[in-house]
Amino acid sequence: MKQMNWKELPHAGTILKAGNANEYKTGSWRSLKPRWIEENCIQCLFCWIYCPDSAVMVKDEKMTGFDYDHCKGCGVCAMECPGKKGSKAIVMEEEGK
Amino acid sequence: MSTTQEKPMTLKSLSHKQDLLSGGHRMCSGCGAPTIVRQVLLAIDEPVVIANATGCLEVSTCLFPYTAWRVPWMHSAFENAAATASGIETMYRSLRKQGKLKKEMKFIAFGGDGGTYDIGFQALSGAMERGHQLLYICYDNGAYMNTGIQRSSATPFGADTTTQPAGSKIQGKTQRRKDLTRIMAAHNVAYAAQASPHNWKDLMTKVKKALATNGPAYMGIVAPCNRGWRTQTNDSILLSRLAVDTCYWPLYEVEGGKWTINYDPKDKKKPVTEWLKPQGRFKHLFAPGNEGLLERFQKYVDQDWESLKKLQEMSKS
Ligand SMILES: Cc1ncc(C[n+]2csc(CCOP(=O)(O)OP(=O)(O)O)c2C)c(N)n1
Ligand code: SF4
Ligand code: SF4
Ligand code: SF4
Ligand SMILES: [Mg+2]
Repeated sequence: MKQMNWKELPHAGTILKAGNANEYKTGSWRSLKPRWIEENCIQCLFCWIYCPDSAVMVKDEKMTGFDYDHCKGCGVCAMECPGKKGSKAIVMEEEGK
Repeated sequence: MSTTQEKPMTLKSLSHKQDLLSGGHRMCSGCGAPTIVRQVLLAIDEPVVIANATGCLEVSTCLFPYTAWRVPWMHSAFENAAATASGIETMYRSLRKQGKLKKEMKFIAFGGDGGTYDIGFQALSGAMERGHQLLYICYDNGAYMNTGIQRSSATPFGADTTTQPAGSKIQGKTQRRKDLTRIMAAHNVAYAAQASPHNWKDLMTKVKKALATNGPAYMGIVAPCNRGWRTQTNDSILLSRLAVDTCYWPLYEVEGGKWTINYDPKDKKKPVTEWLKPQGRFKHLFAPGNEGLLERFQKYVDQDWESLKKLQEMSKS
């Protein structure tokens, strides 16, 4: 990102592009990576409502996977996932394996 | 006075809404606060303007030239989010009166516990007393986390912080925490409540109620912080649930002088040690010789819980 000088800065330091933090990728912070096991998923969407990084993707009321550009690998989703018959639908695995 | 009587809130129906806090913010991995903010914003249907006191949430969601907010949002100093929100709300009322603005809008101030219980306390008290139509939300992680875990008046008894560390002289914080939700209720605000992100439905229902009410509203929300609580990155929801199940952080609301406990675990009330044990900031309390401190912690929780039940009972008639 190019540094702006004071003349180029918006008035009063405002940021006019709402939600542009999305362009900043926090996925590289991860040391653990969530993996979705679709056959164990009951589509409760707990993973979606509890994720601190808006990184659980949902389409047409269904969980569809993770946004790995932003997921920091905290594991909250895996912890809260009820899964099916005692088998989790999200497991945390070591990154880069 | 509810303006938004809709179909029951489900995660499926909510999932059609846009997330108003984007990814790419710089809160720590597994932090409880952004989950709270996402739930709060998902609960609102009207246009909303936010004022945010300096603290982890403020500095980490808005690193120039990036912002994670998809709503108008204003940085405030550590001490004056409530004053900022009061000013914005007053300007809004004036513009409405002049006919320059037609839309109904909502106003929220977010502050950490340091920015709310301590340095922002007089700004908050003033805003509530003047009766601004705004909702003040304190995400309470129980210390000044952003500057390195200094104690606040919200820090629990016995917790290890960098300004009251557990060592040979003292065993963490020596004082009891301040009960700000009750202090807000004593301002006779239109609505005051406590919530927890594990119970998203309760939290979001409260946000809707708070914004629909006629007058100032306050919400305290327990916000696990794995850095300051010395826990894992994956347990923010687990620990917020335990805070409620042990009655350390009861879910309740005060509406027009009426106190309602929203969740009473009854005979399932867990000993507070179940909430303390996983947290490194309380590790020393489990050392031999500190049994008395654990007992004291439990006694404080029980006293507050019993008096809350009495307030509910007394305000019934
Ligand atoms: C007047 C003033 N004093 C001190 C600071 C430094 N400061 C920034 S954030 C912060 C602590 C915030 O604590 P809290 O409100 O609990 O929010 P948290 O970081 O825990 O989320 C402090 C002391 C400041 N910004 N302004
Ligand atoms: S690991 Fe954490 S950041 Fe990644 S999707 Fe799960 S809850 Fe979200
Ligand atoms: S929490 Fe687990 S079961 Fe529920 S939607 Fe997410 S992956 Fe599926
Ligand atoms: S220090 Fe605590 S409150 Fe601050 S961003 Fe990290 S986990 Fe969240
Ligand atoms: Mg704090």
